[in-house]
Amino acid sequence: MSTYLIKDVELVNGEKVAIGIADGVIAEISSKPTGSYDKVLDGSGCVALPGLVDLHTHLREPGREDAETVLTGTRAAARGGYTAVFAMANTDPVADTAGVVEQVVRLGREAGWCEVFAVGAVTKDLAGESMAELGAMAHSAAQVRVFSDDGKCVSDSQMMRRALEYVRQFDGVVAQHAQDPKLTVNAQMNEGSVSARLGLRGWPAVAEEGIIARDVLLASHVKSRLHICHVSTAGSVDIIRWAKSRGIDVTAEVTPHHLLLSDELVESYDPKFKVNPPLRSNEDIAALRMGLADGTIDIVATDHAPHPAEDKECEWAGAANGMIGLETALSVVQKTMVDTGLLNWSQVAGRMSITPAIIGRAKGQGVALAVGAPANICIYDPNQSQVVVAAEQISKSKNTPFVGMDLPGQVRHVFFQGKPTMISTQMVAR
Amino acid sequence: MSPELVTELPRHLLSIADLNHDQALLILDTAEELAKISDAPIKKLPTLRGRTIVNLFYEDSTRTRISFEAAAKRLSADVINFSAKGSSVSKGESLKDTALTLQAMGADAVILRHPESGAANRLAGWTNGVVINAGDGTHEHPTQALLDAFTIRRHLGTVGGDLEGKHIAIVGDVLHSRVARSNVLLLTLLGAKVTLVAPPTLIPVGVESWPVQISYAIDQVLPEVDAVMMLRVQSERMQNSFFPSTREYSRLFGLNLDRMNLLKNEALILHPGPMNRGLEISAECADGVHSVILEQVANGVSVRMAVLYLLLGGNIGVGS
Repeated sequence: MSTYLIKDVELVNGEKVAIGIADGVIAEISSKPTGSYDKVLDGSGCVALPGLVDLHTHLREPGREDAETVLTGTRAAARGGYTAVFAMANTDPVADTAGVVEQVVRLGREAGWCEVFAVGAVTKDLAGESMAELGAMAHSAAQVRVFSDDGKCVSDSQMMRRALEYVRQFDGVVAQHAQDPKLTVNAQMNEGSVSARLGLRGWPAVAEEGIIARDVLLASHVKSRLHICHVSTAGSVDIIRWAKSRGIDVTAEVTPHHLLLSDELVESYDPKFKVNPPLRSNEDIAALRMGLADGTIDIVATDHAPHPAEDKECEWAGAANGMIGLETALSVVQKTMVDTGLLNWSQVAGRMSITPAIIGRAKGQGVALAVGAPANICIYDPNQSQVVVAAEQISKSKNTPFVGMDLPGQVRHVFFQGKPTMISTQMVAR
Repeated sequence: MSPELVTELPRHLLSIADLNHDQALLILDTAEELAKISDAPIKKLPTLRGRTIVNLFYEDSTRTRISFEAAAKRLSADVINFSAKGSSVSKGESLKDTALTLQAMGADAVILRHPESGAANRLAGWTNGVVINAGDGTHEHPTQALLDAFTIRRHLGTVGGDLEGKHIAIVGDVLHSRVARSNVLLLTLLGAKVTLVAPPTLIPVGVESWPVQISYAIDQVLPEVDAVMMLRVQSERMQNSFFPSTREYSRLFGLNLDRMNLLKNEALILHPGPMNRGLEISAECADGVHSVILEQVANGVSVRMAVLYLLLGGNIGVGS
């Protein structure tokens, strides 16, 4: 295994150092490195972050390999600075058995671009009717710790209570996609002044907030760990803030697109802005940013959701929900949170690497950069900027909502378990 | 109808929001001129000879399709009727592929009726031809609003003028009505005051941003207005508990003889059709002295002639 020295890079505390990498770990962090290395990389102008960890990725394999595969999705993740992703369970077949979760993890290992953790379904076939074999998935080689019916809400209160209780035996967490199904039948976009004008059926904030309110009370009652996926409304932030103030063991994520994009973009009727939960109002965006800044929302997760062109090149109502986001996440966080003064780089490392790894129990990931730590590293240059071009996304699908936007920053080098996956903004051939 | 004015119109007619005050008046004034053709023994102008207009209808709407077809033919255009069943929502050829096919066939304009909101906006992005929205989902139906305004102006306004100071009530299923959305935009653009009357379940959340007043009491509104526009209420809304029964709806929001008597003498009754007689409007009201419902149909042809004339007349070479 080659050894590397990244020179002139800044740690999150602003200290300028060189980082030596050997044998899969960080060999030294020093302003005057002493070791000898095979290759020297320029880190000037860059900040060194622990490799990013995405708790919410749709890799689509098995079943929708036309949209994404474990290989293409993890490669896109690496390009975005990630060294671990959690693959959501809504594949075909659904990841509701040990066999499927082990397959996904194995495909990730074979691809080698980043570590893949499998999320297991809470209910069989995501149908919400009977519990999937959570224990089998937890004790499988995939060691599943995060369970989610994401894409669908575990809307039945009793089922949610049982799942929260059951996963406690293996330190699991239920990640809820909070969406009251009865309030969102055929819902198309955020319900408000824009939906009223556009004549698109509304997805009201209360459909998310009502489920979150119920679930934090359930988690409190059974003393289990709850995670809320893709929080999108100001009211949800308030409820989670209240729950945390009561000591309830709840964590929450926000997506990059909900931090930046508002429902006014739907006026184009272009389904590249169609996502679930939907883009919300500017007031919601402001509340999400504040919630992420003050820690009410623990982490940023992409909800990277690839779809082939034909699923977006149609009428709004017929289009698929979802946006890709792995390759642009860090830039969007810089634009919305760092450049606005709401977060410093140390806090970004917490919200995009360290804390998601803790929530997902991802051993060896999300470890702050230190001598002896696994060499999972993202070297990021916040001084660059680039206009997002859909065709330049290396995800198999090109459905980025940020197309044409000028986003700050660029990932320069990425190391996964001591091996480079990206050097000088170029993917490393393998 | 000078050529300079023609070029002022937007390329497509997707929403009333695409129009400003002067453009809306230009369409109404042009329709007045073209209405004279309809009264002449030979109802035909050579303006659009050699141009191809496609009626692309994904929903059954015989009256709207025939109205556009008559308008196009009176301007000597070639008309192709394309009834597509379903949309890409319910599979079949995608709207995009259909658009590209029509463009390849040299369509100069596509008149689109579609069950999904925003379909016309999408189509406009895929074709070089002119797109006219003939009703998209629960979004808009701009030519319906134009013919409504035209009809109201003929009775209550002056030729060349707008609807400043007029008060118009729109009654019924505003939530699901493309006619209501286009009319709110157009009537207020022309200076009218608009009051929406409906049960709260049929008024969209977010309506606060509309330049309208809201009322749940039709009997209080009717004596105040210069025109009342009744919207079609689909009885299947009852299944989703928007209201408990068609009887109750009719009792609380239907226009009947007693309510008609609350109207000012010169007030108008409009309905975009097709009517549910006995539900939102009684026969006495539909056929009575206040009703201008059949005039709306006739005026529809003139207004659609004006739209085609203005959008296509000055655009030689489009789609070639």
